[in-house]
Amino acid sequence: MIDPALLYGLTGAAVVGLGLYGFLSLRHLLRRVLAFNVVGSGIFLMFGAAGYRGAVAEGTAGADPVPQALIITGIVVALAATALAVGLILAHARATGRRTLPEDDT
Amino acid sequence: MIPGDGAGGALMATVALPLAGSLLAVVLGRHGAQVAGGVALGVGAAVAVLAAQVAGGGVLRVDLGGWAPPLGIALMADGLAVAFLGLGAVVMAAVVAQAAALFSTRGGESRAGYGFWPLVMVLWAALNLTFLSRDLFNLYVALELLTLGAVALVAIGGQAGPLAAALRYMVFALMGSLLYLLGAVLLYAAHGTLDIDLLAIRAQPAPPDLVAAGLITAGLAVKTALFPFHAWLPPAHAGAPAPASAVLSALVPKGSFFILWRLWFEAMPDLAAPPVLTLLAGLGGAAVIYGSALALMQGRLKMIVAYSTVAQLGYLFLVFPLAGGAGAAQPWEASAWTGTAFQALSHGLAKAAMFLAAGLFVMAVGHDRLEGLRGLARTMPMAVFGFGLAAVALLGLPPSGGFTAKYLVMTAAFASGQVVWAGVLVVGGLLAAGYLYRPMAALFADAAPGPLTPVPRRLQALPLLLAGLAIGLGVASDAPITFLAIGRPDAAAEGL
Amino acid sequence: MAALPILILATALVPAAITFFLPQAAHGVRNGLNLGGATAKVALVVWMLVEVAAGAAFETRIPLAPGLFLLLRVDALALLFLALSAALWLLTTVYAIAYFRGKPDQSRFFGFFGLCVAATTGIAMSGTLISFFVFFEMLTLATWPLVVHKQDRASLDAGRLYLGCALPAGAALLVAIIWLESAAGPVAFTEATDLDALAPWAQRAIFALFVAGLGVKAALVPLHGWLPAAMAAPAPVSALLHAVAVVKAGAFGIVRVVFDVFGIDRVAALGVGLPLAALASVTIVWGSLRALQQREIKKRLAFSTVSQVSYIVLGVALIGPAAVTGGLVHLIHQGVTKITLFFCAGIYDERAGVKRIEGLDGLGPRMPVTSACFSLGALGMIGLPPMAGFVSKVYLGLGGLQSGAPWVLGVLAVSSLLNAAYFLPLLYRLWALPPAAAQPDEQVWGLLAPTVVTAAAALLSGVVAAWAISPLGLASLIVERDYLR
Repeated sequence: MIDPALLYGLTGAAVVGLGLYGFLSLRHLLRRVLAFNVVGSGIFLMFGAAGYRGAVAEGTAGADPVPQALIITGIVVALAATALAVGLILAHARATGRRTLPEDDT
Repeated sequence: MIPGDGAGGALMATVALPLAGSLLAVVLGRHGAQVAGGVALGVGAAVAVLAAQVAGGGVLRVDLGGWAPPLGIALMADGLAVAFLGLGAVVMAAVVAQAAALFSTRGGESRAGYGFWPLVMVLWAALNLTFLSRDLFNLYVALELLTLGAVALVAIGGQAGPLAAALRYMVFALMGSLLYLLGAVLLYAAHGTLDIDLLAIRAQPAPPDLVAAGLITAGLAVKTALFPFHAWLPPAHAGAPAPASAVLSALVPKGSFFILWRLWFEAMPDLAAPPVLTLLAGLGGAAVIYGSALALMQGRLKMIVAYSTVAQLGYLFLVFPLAGGAGAAQPWEASAWTGTAFQALSHGLAKAAMFLAAGLFVMAVGHDRLEGLRGLARTMPMAVFGFGLAAVALLGLPPSGGFTAKYLVMTAAFASGQVVWAGVLVVGGLLAAGYLYRPMAALFADAAPGPLTPVPRRLQALPLLLAGLAIGLGVASDAPITFLAIGRPDAAAEGL
Repeated sequence: MAALPILILATALVPAAITFFLPQAAHGVRNGLNLGGATAKVALVVWMLVEVAAGAAFETRIPLAPGLFLLLRVDALALLFLALSAALWLLTTVYAIAYFRGKPDQSRFFGFFGLCVAATTGIAMSGTLISFFVFFEMLTLATWPLVVHKQDRASLDAGRLYLGCALPAGAALLVAIIWLESAAGPVAFTEATDLDALAPWAQRAIFALFVAGLGVKAALVPLHGWLPAAMAAPAPVSALLHAVAVVKAGAFGIVRVVFDVFGIDRVAALGVGLPLAALASVTIVWGSLRALQQREIKKRLAFSTVSQVSYIVLGVALIGPAAVTGGLVHLIHQGVTKITLFFCAGIYDERAGVKRIEGLDGLGPRMPVTSACFSLGALGMIGLPPMAGFVSKVYLGLGGLQSGAPWVLGVLAVSSLLNAAYFLPLLYRLWALPPAAAQPDEQVWGLLAPTVVTAAAALLSGVVAAWAISPLGLASLIVERDYLR
């Protein structure tokens, strides 16, 4: 059976890849913010897997608590960034009626 | 060491005071300016105390909550960190003074008037944390806070142009954050710690660490607006209100560069392979040339000054091949290292002076197109003189901090035989003369300026004061250089 | 007294720094400060002369960074330049106060004027290459606001050309200095540096960079273009540029590089002296030819400066004792003679509205004092005995023969003929043509007195050249003591 930590890690990497693709290819600003959150989730998944693997390698029961603390902090930071970004997108849309950056207009 | 006992107090205060001030400014609303003034005084005093402590007793370390790494987070004040804290305190004090006048004349009831104070103080707290923290994840949080504050400051006016600039900044910055975070995760997975000093022991010059370091470096390079990731910077810095521009241009990119510096010189010095270092410096050189060339083509003063930031930040990256990797053991390492620190400090002071002066010109004529500045040398001599002195520092002409920096880095370039970086310095200096000459000539042109809003003399004194400090850094650079060397890894005693 | 060099710097720096913040109306304070500073400087330099004659040495070190410090050191050559700049600064200040009466932006002018003089003083006293560079660049910057002082189109164009030439030159100089010092260590002017760590081609390249960097200020062809354009500046600025500060700083720097950085033996071994002498000769002839074509008085004088300053470079490049003496003494002679001519040109412009040479017709009897001084200056430039310029040319010619370069005599002869060709018509217009109808008033003592003093100096330093305390005596002393032991 595949090692669960490895599974988590690989899934995380796949999510990161998916999100990065979206972040770079999408023009709609709201979608880009969502893509940012997808990448963030992927990274946190990998982080959790790293903590689990680290604990197993050291032979301690349960997971290394540090990554969990860091993940929670990271989620809060990402939330703040998302809130600001959405606020800016709304203000920008109100001021210009656009959903994209000027250079991305087609 | 436990925070709160005397020695760590000043160190903690540099972060805690602006953070508390930020919250207080939200609560007190229209009294934000007074809160910021108090915080500026407090942080100034704290930095002074900290500088005295570090000068007297060497590097100061504080383990937060009494927990030592790898479980806890360490803060450390060495010469370099305190010097940058000092830069921040000086620039912020001037910015607070100008912003107080600016937002009071426009009526403190505006959204910008309310929003500016909490944002600028949260940004300041994040910046100071960036300079002090020894933990890569803690640094990530500080960097995010710094970026979010900066983005919000760009958008504070609410017009369409700056909003778009802020969004573009945001997109780049989020990208940079993700890269950084990914690198940090890889490092943690490999070594089980993100503490800089522990990483220095555990890091291996092997592919996993190289990939991690590469990701972190790329993320930080985006946030430092290194060529070719610079596109977001000029419109963002030029679009913000002048006091905010001063903070954004003089201080914010220094934060991400500072982490880059800690990473390559302290966390993983053995990892630095020549191609990587040369690539970084090459991009820096390209930034110098490309940023300067674009600055030459701008028609608005604030855009010129903003593109100049792209170019001036490029100089900082020349340090990597000169002082990093195998260069670290060489006699010229100290010259390159100190010279680059000086470039960062001198640029911070001079650039803040320029943006504050530009803000005063905008206050007087209502816009910042070059042709509108004609004749201001007669009506606002002090601000123009300040702008001129700042230009001298940016050009790296003696006697200024910029010259000391250029001399030291160029000496290192010749001593190491990497003459091409000396060429970058020379060409960059001449291009800078070109793009700064245009506003100077406009200011000195003989034209009766149109209707002017009078600008009080005490506001004109601020850019002059900052530019004077940038010059003074070169006139009396002996003491700062000695101070910078406190706690430097492998400090070669004398250098060249 | 070790602080004397710093005090001398301060006599110019402190009044300048205060002057910037004075309101336009504070005439008394401003004039008092600047005259006081200039007088104090002359007094201090005289004191220093006495002390040095008694065997004292002055050396002050101001640290900037590890391995980087400003060294102020006074040797005989420094003293020569110092004495010139101190004396002429005092006279120019008197002149400028009278010249600017009733004109705007006086605080800005006198502030930068003082900075300029401080930079020149620093150049004179610099004991190391880096100190020299610091003051040299300070001079570049402090001069720009003076050149564009009138703030009109022509001034701004001149200012742009000036910076466009001077800043790349500064960059070339910095590269030369750092290249040199990275191989040879810090270069002080006490003895010729050991450059053997560098390949001969590198040494030649560095020498060329030095000449290019300094040659812009010394107005060597083809780097001279900014100087005639800078004539758009007010007359006291021209006087300062041509006689005391900028042009002299370039020539002085070349003297330092040849004698105190490379040393005459190395210059001879590298074979770079002759090309430099040739370049100087081309400049001498070309400047004179161009002067001949000018119809504006100040432009004609400017091209004359291009030509005359290269006498200094020529003398130094020839290396023989007589030639070097001739070059060094010309530093003084050209200074006092040319400043006289510019003072006069300023008076013609201010009091009679005459800018072009046609306007001089018959002006001699109407403005007798000015015209007499102008004539003395012109004759000095031509090199008529017993004027100062004659002494310089005799020594240069002798030096050419001593150094095995008899063609120098030809250069001098051609140059003197050309000098005569562009100055004698002016004298003819002044004195021989029927008196002009206008009755201009030249009786402004603030303008006249300095002019008379410099004209007298231009005459006297030739007449008393044989005395030990004359400029020639000093120059001979420097050559004997320091360079050709």
